[in-house]
Amino acid sequence: MNEAQAQAGSDYGSQFRGQVSNETLITVKGLKMHFPITEGVLVPRKVADVKAVDGVDFFIRKGETLGLVGESGCGKTTTGRCILRLEDPTAGEILYDGKDICQLNNKELIDVRKKIQVIFQDPYSSLNPRMKIGDIIGEPLKVHGIIPDEAKRRERIGYLLGRCGLHPDFADRYPHEMSGGQRQRVGIARALAMEPEFIICDEAVSALDVSIQAQVINLLEELRDEFKLTYLFISHDLSVVRHICHRVAVMYLGHMVELADCDELFDHPMHPYSQALLNAVPIPDPDLEKTRAHTIIKGEIPSPINPPPGCVFHPRCPLAVDSCKKNIPDFREVRPGHWVACTEV
Amino acid sequence: MGALLEIDNLQTHFFTSGGTVKAVDGVSYDVNAGETVAVVGESGSGKSVTALSILRLIPKPPGEIVGGEIRFQGKNLAFCSEDEIREIRGRDISMIFQEPMTSLNPVLSIGMQLTEPMIAHMGMSEAEARERAVKLLEMVGINEPRRRVDQYPHHLSGGMRQRVMIAMSLACEPKLIIADEPTTALDVTIQAQILELMKNLTRDLGVAMIIITHNLGVVARYADRVNVMYAGRIVETGVASDIYHRPRHPYTLALLKSVPRMDRPRQAKLDPVDGQPPDLTRLDGGCSFRPRCKFAIDKCAESFPPLEEMGGQHYSACFRSKESLAEIEL
Repeated sequence: MNEAQAQAGSDYGSQFRGQVSNETLITVKGLKMHFPITEGVLVPRKVADVKAVDGVDFFIRKGETLGLVGESGCGKTTTGRCILRLEDPTAGEILYDGKDICQLNNKELIDVRKKIQVIFQDPYSSLNPRMKIGDIIGEPLKVHGIIPDEAKRRERIGYLLGRCGLHPDFADRYPHEMSGGQRQRVGIARALAMEPEFIICDEAVSALDVSIQAQVINLLEELRDEFKLTYLFISHDLSVVRHICHRVAVMYLGHMVELADCDELFDHPMHPYSQALLNAVPIPDPDLEKTRAHTIIKGEIPSPINPPPGCVFHPRCPLAVDSCKKNIPDFREVRPGHWVACTEV
Repeated sequence: MGALLEIDNLQTHFFTSGGTVKAVDGVSYDVNAGETVAVVGESGSGKSVTALSILRLIPKPPGEIVGGEIRFQGKNLAFCSEDEIREIRGRDISMIFQEPMTSLNPVLSIGMQLTEPMIAHMGMSEAEARERAVKLLEMVGINEPRRRVDQYPHHLSGGMRQRVMIAMSLACEPKLIIADEPTTALDVTIQAQILELMKNLTRDLGVAMIIITHNLGVVARYADRVNVMYAGRIVETGVASDIYHRPRHPYTLALLKSVPRMDRPRQAKLDPVDGQPPDLTRLDGGCSFRPRCKFAIDKCAESFPPLEEMGGQHYSACFRSKESLAEIEL
């Protein structure tokens, strides 16, 4: 790929990813989620913490898709669950439209949850096998009293199914009668039912076969443009993230190590972990693969119970110096909009 | 000299209450000594069933090898006796499974699981086998191997377990390793480590490998030759660069075009394969990719197109490979 092509490519890309407003929808400040580990059966006492998320800051603009990438155990899913308040964070603020989600009482929370929806990874376990598809999609409409009338609700369910590429007759079927790709479309239809503003896609396409994955990615993009949705796109698949996201955040062991515009991050990754992660992605081109340099990072991800002191990446880092073992690096803005948590870049 | 393994017109069917599932329906490919061959396909394409058929690991009932031959060093594995196949399993041909979490026995120590095949197949004493187990663990990059042999699978991470699986597969100096989605359950940085390890070990020890995967990227880096499967058949086969740069089958082409690529400018839209994979109990006589194919013509409904030579070792099972697809380069 030559320079001119690369330039054309990035312009092309940003044109096609919908309108992003300057308004911020969600701000996350100093988010920490520690899970206690207890010992003792009758009188449990806390012996340690699993530091799943340990101080994360970011914001998402209206209409934007923010990618959250990292390997298993880096805290990307826990971050998403905190925003949904499926977990009660240990510390930090999550401001949604200026209101701190962590401080809301149950009644206020119900209102916010109408606006925030989630699409889960596994289409086999995230749909209740005893419920008909129509009831799965219609349940939130019924519970929140949005469309109390049965006939009108069916009409809306039919519309949602159709919009997600399924025949309205699917409303009377059960999940086991459908393939993985069709089930994931049901999961999307369910998320759309409440007309949300913000959807968390937690590995939403990871379990699908490649030919089906592309169909679902296209659907998610169409819906984003049509309904002016904002996504938090959690994934470990970097090529998919590059395709769909405006900005991308890289997490490692509960910390955010890099955050930048999508093209900036993929073209000029600065943190050694982001570089290693990008380098590890195999490219479907045998000739390119033979000539490409492979720097493979050693070791495995340490335990979040007892993370390394200083920079959490230092035991595996090729650039590590002595000070990395002691000092936690600041998450600093090295270029406009490009944040890195590393002192050596 | 013939190939190490020759699969000839293999048919493995499953007889279920819903009808006969033709999971593998006339698959032929061969593997030469020391070569890495990839089998690529989506779920239900029959890639794993073919591999399990080689080692006769298909549960019967409902599954059965109903036709074809699997010749390994001249012997037909498809219809040899149970005793004969036991001799080959784990010794001449070993297997690495996808799930490192579930394919090791949780109540046996790593050492026990590693030494068992060596004691059974190679007539080693326990002490000799243990010594070799330590060496194998060191070879696959596990630190403190002497301590690790006495540990249990739950002490190890996913990547380490997969390293143990690789050590087990190498224990009896096999001639062929079948790796079924060996890195699918692992994180990318660990995946890179494991693939690099497998490549180096098979090259240094001269072991042939069949690598089964749905990930086109993994295959590009490691395979000499690639077989693409769809609905129980091989639809295209050839050396890796032909498959990736000059695909001649519409399915291969669609598969390559449907994945977002890190090395290309970003597209506005992905180009997915429309529709769903076929129901394997309801295949008609025609090409099974026909309902999803952009190039389909009337002739495609009449019979299944045979694998036709495209030049070199490149074969494609499509009536239109030579005309409408001939100019497409990726």
